[in-house]
Amino acid sequence: MQRRFIPLLFLSLLPFGVPAAPAVYEHQLANGLKILVKPDHRAPILTSQVWYRIGSSYEHGGITGVSHVLEHMMFQGTKRHPSGTFSRIVAEQGGEENAFTGRDYTAYYQNLASDRLEVAFELEADRMRNLTLGKKEFAKELEVVKEERRTRTDDDPQSLVYERFSAVAYDASPYGNPVIGWASDLDQLKVEDLRAWYRLWYAPNNAILVVAGDVETEKVFELAETYFGPLKAESIAPPKTRGEPEQLGEKRLTVKAPAKEPYLLMGYKTPSAADASEPWEPYALEMLASILDGGDSARFSRDLVRGRQIAASVGASYSAFERLPGLFLFDGVPAKGHDLDDLERAIRAEIERIKREPVAESELERIRTQVVAAKVYERDELFHQAMQLGLLETIGLDWKLAETYVDHLAAVTADQIQTVAKKYLNSDRLTVAVLDPQPLDGRSRVTTPMSLGGHGNVR
Amino acid sequence: MCVDRTSLHAARERRLVWPLWIGLSLLLVGGLAQATPEIQSWQTAKGARVLFVAAPEIPMLDVKVVFDAGSARDGDRPGLASMTASMLDEGAGDWDADDLADRLENIGASLSAGVDRDMSAVALRTLTQQPALDTAVETLAGVLAQPTFDPDALERVRRNRLIGLRQQQASPRSVGRKALYRAIYGTHPYASDPSGTPESIGALTREDLMSFHRRYYSTSNALIAMVGDLTRTEAEALAERITADLPVGTPPAPLPEVSDLTAGSLEPIAFPASQTTILAGQPGMRRGDPDYFPLYVGNHILGGSGLVSLLMDEIREKRGLSYSTFSFFMPLARSGPFILGLQTRNDQAEEARILMIQTLKRFIDQGPTEDELTAAKKNLTGGFPLRIASNGDIIQYLAVIGFYHLPLDYLDRFNDRIESVTREQIRDAFARRVHPDRLAIVTVGGQTQRVSLASER
Repeated sequence: MQRRFIPLLFLSLLPFGVPAAPAVYEHQLANGLKILVKPDHRAPILTSQVWYRIGSSYEHGGITGVSHVLEHMMFQGTKRHPSGTFSRIVAEQGGEENAFTGRDYTAYYQNLASDRLEVAFELEADRMRNLTLGKKEFAKELEVVKEERRTRTDDDPQSLVYERFSAVAYDASPYGNPVIGWASDLDQLKVEDLRAWYRLWYAPNNAILVVAGDVETEKVFELAETYFGPLKAESIAPPKTRGEPEQLGEKRLTVKAPAKEPYLLMGYKTPSAADASEPWEPYALEMLASILDGGDSARFSRDLVRGRQIAASVGASYSAFERLPGLFLFDGVPAKGHDLDDLERAIRAEIERIKREPVAESELERIRTQVVAAKVYERDELFHQAMQLGLLETIGLDWKLAETYVDHLAAVTADQIQTVAKKYLNSDRLTVAVLDPQPLDGRSRVTTPMSLGGHGNVR
Repeated sequence: MCVDRTSLHAARERRLVWPLWIGLSLLLVGGLAQATPEIQSWQTAKGARVLFVAAPEIPMLDVKVVFDAGSARDGDRPGLASMTASMLDEGAGDWDADDLADRLENIGASLSAGVDRDMSAVALRTLTQQPALDTAVETLAGVLAQPTFDPDALERVRRNRLIGLRQQQASPRSVGRKALYRAIYGTHPYASDPSGTPESIGALTREDLMSFHRRYYSTSNALIAMVGDLTRTEAEALAERITADLPVGTPPAPLPEVSDLTAGSLEPIAFPASQTTILAGQPGMRRGDPDYFPLYVGNHILGGSGLVSLLMDEIREKRGLSYSTFSFFMPLARSGPFILGLQTRNDQAEEARILMIQTLKRFIDQGPTEDELTAAKKNLTGGFPLRIASNGDIIQYLAVIGFYHLPLDYLDRFNDRIESVTREQIRDAFARRVHPDRLAIVTVGGQTQRVSLASER
């Protein structure tokens, strides 16, 4: 058994006197399971997380949502731990457990007192290869997922806008599909689809085990060998992912749903850290999002909410850490006396200003300070620290980025921010969605084309 | 890095019955060496109570200043406490909103103000290095004592609040929650929502806010909770600075008692949604209630323990009727609510509602089994270290212990008190305190036809 310890020292950027963050240790089992351990002895607790490289972006049309339904089924039992017992065992150990599915990953976790790691390993190892996937449990759980879809998406106007917006923004990328799946795909999903999906992706060589907390690294590696070591590897074929072609002009759509206030959602095609042509570009885009929306002192709050009072709320967001190219997003609700058109114009004017004038050094300095502070505060959140490691690994990046992230952001220059704004935030790469509120009493209202500022139709 | 949390039971809802902690968390030794938490308590020169836990491991500080000034003090102006809190960081002393945002964010600090039915609270998180700490504390003190209630800012905040209220009208859960509180509390001040109503928000004057601030933001009405990398001496000095410019004032009179419901009710609210949100409730218990532990443990079994609760088992695990179903007690200064809820496809709403109430009735009649009680105790006591592990957790518990005058050794005894609860105590407490024939029930939904107006344009 080969062991590679890679303690990583915390980097230089922290202000003088801030103690170093705990190191991370890495190890791989013969069957390919990668293990990351981040000891942190502040409290007698731990988090144990299993991350699989599978999520909705691996799915093809007709079976969208299968990764997420499978996540639900992972709580429905194995031969050794029949349906219902899994959650009961964790609960009796005082544990918190849950799971989440994203576009690029599916993750399972248990938070436990630090002397109970074995409980988590025994259960996770068992369901990594031995899931029952019974017909009866599947039929019931599928109904639960459909209810989840209704709660999260169908009955929430802004979520609905996001779903339809994504479907229009992406011409071919699987990021156009909702993680929870299209309703019609859920309707036709069969337990056989799940069995095939499970066989394809649930294996030690497609997983990352992350443990953080009051643990001894050696002991974690030994326990992992005991429980996960015997599991067989699978031959995992990397998915053939449909690439997103270059967008050939601005796209717009309207979503009608019962609501009281309109809503604007805009997205520009941007690279992610996994595919950026220049490694600094994603960090420049993150800094750009902070210049616009990094707190109450950032430009959006200062100029659009308080200053000109065009927005009741307005936001900008971008995430560097995705497997495929994604979107730089803007969203907002107009203030009273303004419409979606005013808000969109104001957002676009802010973007143009970034392209025209270099951001001030004082703005950059503020964000650097915030980022460094956030890194300190993050040490209060064990779960989040572990999550960063797992997330990075599942999208094919090195977990060490979690530690160098702050440095990458701090190195971004005003010039680089201007460069990415010019390169990516232009209208040929843009999709705009608007929520057209429909009456809550179920009766139609008189709508005029002007009520949406002239953007009432899909173009 | 954001996550699509399309996950299992986000339905864990808020942890409304706050578990208390034993406080071994701050020791570096880990393991099972459970030591007593060092909760230190004193009063400032002006009489504000302070609860402090030293946490030297991370160079950061959390402060939460809590006033007995919740929405229950709104009187006939719903939203008054909340709007007052919303205006605190819109200008204070010589600083306008831009200045305040710059002061805090230039040092990586954050400040927020919030209101529930019992309290108004202002929270600060900052690094403890200088000059960040001094700047943050000076800003907090100014925001608490010298908010300017700038007229222009007030109009902007008011307009945006009205938009927020309209958005809540489009959320079945918000609509249901507000209707349920009205049904449970009638004329009691807990009936109205902290966010106010469009009418009341529209009518609030600057003078209303200033006089609310004058009346309630005082040291005799304040509790300061602090967790962070400070010595006792430093913490004392800091508490003095935070309260230096506040008036001493007087604490307000206790809130009126809550009356039990005399009859059940069912209010169906038509709403264009694919699901019906079902909420049921009645007055539950107050902080420090003699039945607290039996009701808390009993509810944990009934609907407070996520996937393994009885409600989850009956409604989700056995029948797939809902993604989320839950019950909770929210103890307040006076009787806070006991609430059960779920949401399900419209055509299953009645079945699910009946099942939810039947599950409650059966639990009241039969109480928990010995196995269920044992499992609940193991979960609560075994999971205790998790809930007190972070400074962010501890500051919340300190605020509750301080505000509701729970004894400081309460936490050390928490696990023992959980362990000592019996089946008979749970059965007895539920029989006396929960009345399924007198539940207020609200349903929101049922209007199955989706609004589709494409043809009518």
